Amino acid sequence: MSNLNPKIGQKDIEQEATRKGYGLGVLDLGAADENVVVLTADLAESTQVLDFQKKYPERFVECGVAEQNMMGIAAGLALYGKTAFVSSYATFSPGRNWDQMRVNVCYSMANVKIAGNHTGVSVGPDGATHQALEDVAITRVLPNLIVEVPCDAIEARKTTNVLGRMKGPAYFRLGRSKTPIMTTETTPFEVGKAVVFREGKDVAIIGSGPVLYNALLAAIELEKEGISVMVVNNHTIKPIDVDTIVGAAKACGAVVTLEEHQIMAGCGSAVCEVLAMNYPVPVEMLGMPNSFGESGQPEELIKKYGMDKDAVVGAVKRVLARKK
Amino acid sequence: MQKLSVNEIKNKANIIRQDIIEMLVTAGSGHSAGPLDMADVFASLYFNVMEYDPKNPTWEGRDRLILSCGHICPVMYATMAEAGYFPKEELLTLRKFGTRLHGHPHNLALPGIETSSGPLAQGTSQAMGMAVALKMDRNRNRIYLIMSDGEQQEGQTWEAVMFAGKNKLNNVTAIMDRNNIQIDGYTEDIMPLEDLPAKYKAFGWHVLEVDGHNPQEIIDACQEAKAIYEKPTIIIAHTIAGKGVDFMEYDYKWHGTPPNKEQAAEALRQLRTLGGKIESEMQ
Repeated sequence: MSNLNPKIGQKDIEQEATRKGYGLGVLDLGAADENVVVLTADLAESTQVLDFQKKYPERFVECGVAEQNMMGIAAGLALYGKTAFVSSYATFSPGRNWDQMRVNVCYSMANVKIAGNHTGVSVGPDGATHQALEDVAITRVLPNLIVEVPCDAIEARKTTNVLGRMKGPAYFRLGRSKTPIMTTETTPFEVGKAVVFREGKDVAIIGSGPVLYNALLAAIELEKEGISVMVVNNHTIKPIDVDTIVGAAKACGAVVTLEEHQIMAGCGSAVCEVLAMNYPVPVEMLGMPNSFGESGQPEELIKKYGMDKDAVVGAVKRVLARKK
Repeated sequence: MQKLSVNEIKNKANIIRQDIIEMLVTAGSGHSAGPLDMADVFASLYFNVMEYDPKNPTWEGRDRLILSCGHICPVMYATMAEAGYFPKEELLTLRKFGTRLHGHPHNLALPGIETSSGPLAQGTSQAMGMAVALKMDRNRNRIYLIMSDGEQQEGQTWEAVMFAGKNKLNNVTAIMDRNNIQIDGYTEDIMPLEDLPAKYKAFGWHVLEVDGHNPQEIIDACQEAKAIYEKPTIIIAHTIAGKGVDFMEYDYKWHGTPPNKEQAAEALRQLRTLGGKIESEMQ
């Protein structure tokens, strides 16, 4: 059982930004392991590491507005023996310092964890420059790197804790805005293991991140029409959980992918690679349609770019029509 | 570690230069100028200045050498072999399939290499990260950072230099190979770097300049750096690109070119006769 929040589908469901879970996660690790260090590039407060800085100033490294240097500093700390968390916005880190991540962290197998904040259009008013929509694409192509996309603040805290206790490079993406808490403390979390949030037999929605809540809402609505929808939280983009994805395709015969990221080369593409090689079924893909974002409120942008509940319902019906 | 005299270091540098020529001609590709001109610096570091144990490359009490300009790795490999990290025969596997001596150094391939490098300026940031880690753990060992002059054109270099100044990383000794050349030409034609001493001073560094082919000056500068309180030190080592082989010296075209067989034979003849001053026993 996935032990989800019983308030799913209700208006008063608790909401919290995934970045808050990250902030709590590094505090957990700071207390548990004195080798854990946190770095930021002038974004301590908004990336939620200010409390870590206050509590463990001797293990906090302020790099100033210099993300390329920050990634190298983190690699140096890690190669010495530290567990280094790099905390910035994903557009800059791993966007601006991708080369440093590739060579200093991934190639060298440095124990660096890269927390990409402010991902997706739900960043909202800051506009397209600060809405990371390509970070999964540019990280999942790198050898040695684990890529995680937590779906809510609780899962983000678990992700931070689990990755912080593993050796080796990892990237995980976080959101700025408050989003529904779908999981509970007892929801299973294991790197490389997708979680079936909801069983179903007609269509499987496989996605990642806070936008997955819209899949759960769509599933509730479609159930009333007699359509049985499975929802899979594919939080680990790499190494991807082939067994669960193939199992969902076999059980349902049709798949919809959903993510707050460019459709190209993201979570959905990773799912399609698995399906194409193992068990091809019709797929509809939801995410950013080869477009940059813009300013606006998160819910306005999620709707415009086709990642809201109605878009999911439409995609489920389209893929059902294609199902043999 | 060994503490060799200046004359013994000069002999080591000559052997290292010969090894570099043999490695490059066997590999058929690679960089000539930088490795040759840094032989005296590497010999001084490995045979006098640095603390390390070639039989225990991850010894906690070691000083750490970070090669930021990874392309000059033949000089590092040749020096490490001479210091006893691995058998000298392995030098001729440079750049070949199955080698531990990759075209640019890889920390997971060869024990004793602290990090992977090649993309310029990145070693400098990593060196500062290790220096911070040393300070966190009150470890009194030092970081020796080798940089090229061309990589001073990377913005990241100055991010790292600024970081080191802010954090008063006095456990860092950076040595810049100021050979005045880069791939496309002379540094001051491609993108002028001077006034380098003034730039480093402005970023809060202690600046020293040495003749990069004089082991005594190199060793003295490294000792002075250890005595500097609250500042990182940069030693600008003025070198002659391609040092030791007359037809390579000062010519930027040898930055990324290996000698052919005839050129290698002539280069080895020059090195073995100390430029014609003595008779080579190989003749």
